[in-house]
Amino acid sequence: MSSEAINRSRAVDWSLRAYIVLAYAFVFAPIAASFVFSLNSDRFPSIPLGHFSLEWYRAVASDPLVWQGLGNTLVIGLIVGVVSTLLGFGAAYTDYRYNFFGKQVYLALALLPPTIPVIIMGLAMLAFLSRVDLSGRAISVIIAHVVICAPFAMAIIRLRLSQMDPALEPAAWNLGASEWATMRHVIVPFTKPAIFGALFITMAVSFDEFAIAWFVSGLNETLPVKVLGFLQGQVSPRINAIGTFVFVISMTLVILAQVLLSGRTGPTAADKE
Amino acid sequence: MQRDTLVSFEGVIKRFGSFTAVQRMDFEIKKGEFLAIMGSSGCGKTTTLRMLAGLEAPSEGTIRLSGKPINHLPTWQRDTPMVWQSLALFPFLNVRENVEFALKMRGVGKAERQRRAEQWLDRMQILEFADRNIAQLSGGQRQRVALARSLVVEPEILLLDEPLSALDAALKVRMQSVLKNLQRETGITFVYVTHSQSEAFSMADRVVIMSRGVIEQIGTPQEIYGAPRTRFVADFLGSSNIFTGRVRAASPSAVEVDTPDGPLALAGGNLPAPPRQGDTATLTVLDTKTHLSVSRPTGQANVVPVRVIGEEFVGATATVYLETAKGQEIRVQKSHDELAGLPLDIGQELFVHWSPADSHLVAEA
Repeated sequence: MSSEAINRSRAVDWSLRAYIVLAYAFVFAPIAASFVFSLNSDRFPSIPLGHFSLEWYRAVASDPLVWQGLGNTLVIGLIVGVVSTLLGFGAAYTDYRYNFFGKQVYLALALLPPTIPVIIMGLAMLAFLSRVDLSGRAISVIIAHVVICAPFAMAIIRLRLSQMDPALEPAAWNLGASEWATMRHVIVPFTKPAIFGALFITMAVSFDEFAIAWFVSGLNETLPVKVLGFLQGQVSPRINAIGTFVFVISMTLVILAQVLLSGRTGPTAADKE
Repeated sequence: MQRDTLVSFEGVIKRFGSFTAVQRMDFEIKKGEFLAIMGSSGCGKTTTLRMLAGLEAPSEGTIRLSGKPINHLPTWQRDTPMVWQSLALFPFLNVRENVEFALKMRGVGKAERQRRAEQWLDRMQILEFADRNIAQLSGGQRQRVALARSLVVEPEILLLDEPLSALDAALKVRMQSVLKNLQRETGITFVYVTHSQSEAFSMADRVVIMSRGVIEQIGTPQEIYGAPRTRFVADFLGSSNIFTGRVRAASPSAVEVDTPDGPLALAGGNLPAPPRQGDTATLTVLDTKTHLSVSRPTGQANVVPVRVIGEEFVGATATVYLETAKGQEIRVQKSHDELAGLPLDIGQELFVHWSPADSHLVAEA
């Protein structure tokens, strides 16, 4: 254990631990509170708690608009994840494989979208999509989300490619694999953990994204947009129930991605034919 | 072109932008030989190998394999497998799958693939590791996987790019004999790029020495060691004493050169181009061909008075470092018995001498 290191005072050691606990508490306390109140019978979040109840989950589950929102969110998230990962892979491989004039500009532009304030992005998307007659539909949200998600996918896959021995690809060519065969038998298997990592992260980003979806979704509201609708009408513990549900899904995706990306060479058993 | 020529480089030049990595190169690789290409980093040896493998295209000239020009044949259509410096084993495949890779790319069926891969794994004595991951292997085992992976297609030629550089000294020597035996048994032409003189000279039938994109000398290890053709080669090998001076007299079979340390003579052998009187000339003598004595030997042509500046133990022999009055360093390598009777304290004055027949003239460039 690191606490047995010689030059470490016990006081520093314990205060560092306390710091970590506090930092996590700060981040997760609101989510935990939302979870607790989602199971509380009281109409308003207050202490002392009432009794245990699933009534808010029941209320949510019986609302067809929530189901519609969830359905939209899931379908959109899945499509956005796949499309963003494909685009991100292409962009990352282009960066890895080729040197060309203006490559720095290419990279900067490819990674730029997430740095644009979402309100501006949402407004711009709405203005543009309505002009080309694509606003207020599920496809609008997909397009807008791909724009912000693809750079994440590219960054993740690019990192993995940078860990690859530069001789690996020419070695495959040298052993008789054409460029396409090398892509299929070497590049994709090597980057597979990052490809799935990117897929889950981009799905999670799309799943949670509110502001842009609010601008462009029209009647095809995603779940986060729906939640805002609840908030505007009334303060209801149903929001806590939805929040808990969304949190669990997002966290699952992020944790899956994290597990895939932190494995050193990825799951080797899964690479067999 | 001779019948036993496998590869020929004809006026091959390789430029990267304004930098010329390989300058007009003409040489041939014979069928079944072990050829080493040696030089310091940046000399163009790896570029030469990569052109042969099809990973770089020559800017000018023609490379022929079995008589056919292959300049524009992509690497995946050539049978020129390469063993990489980093080995470049596929980390997501196990040992067996790595070895089967080239066969799979050629559309060989599963059963046949397995049979041939196992045959090579067995030959390289790594069959027991067939189902392991690459990360679980030692350096020497990985080396054998890389060899098996390249040789499984039973090519006519195998290219090796400093494959032993990552191994420790003892393993290096062991792998050298594995490689040499493998080459002898299979009869496959090996082209071995290295910066290490000991690797090149211990394994190769012929050695190509390169410097700044130019071939300095091609020959058997004995030829190159015994008679370096250029000053660069003599310097690079480090086993010759080198003197520079002005030609006083020259005939087709004998030359006399005035150096700062006195006149030195060279005799016998056939001079490629006898120098003219007054030219600057460089001559070399191997440190094993020089002799030491306490008193000035009589009737000898090449005698240089020197002072001892050091002595180095080199296993069976010792190297004595000496300096002339003009500051020229001379080395003498002798067995311990031969040195036993000589006083070798630092500063001791002695005489170095050698036969004019052991001197060689080298090109300055």
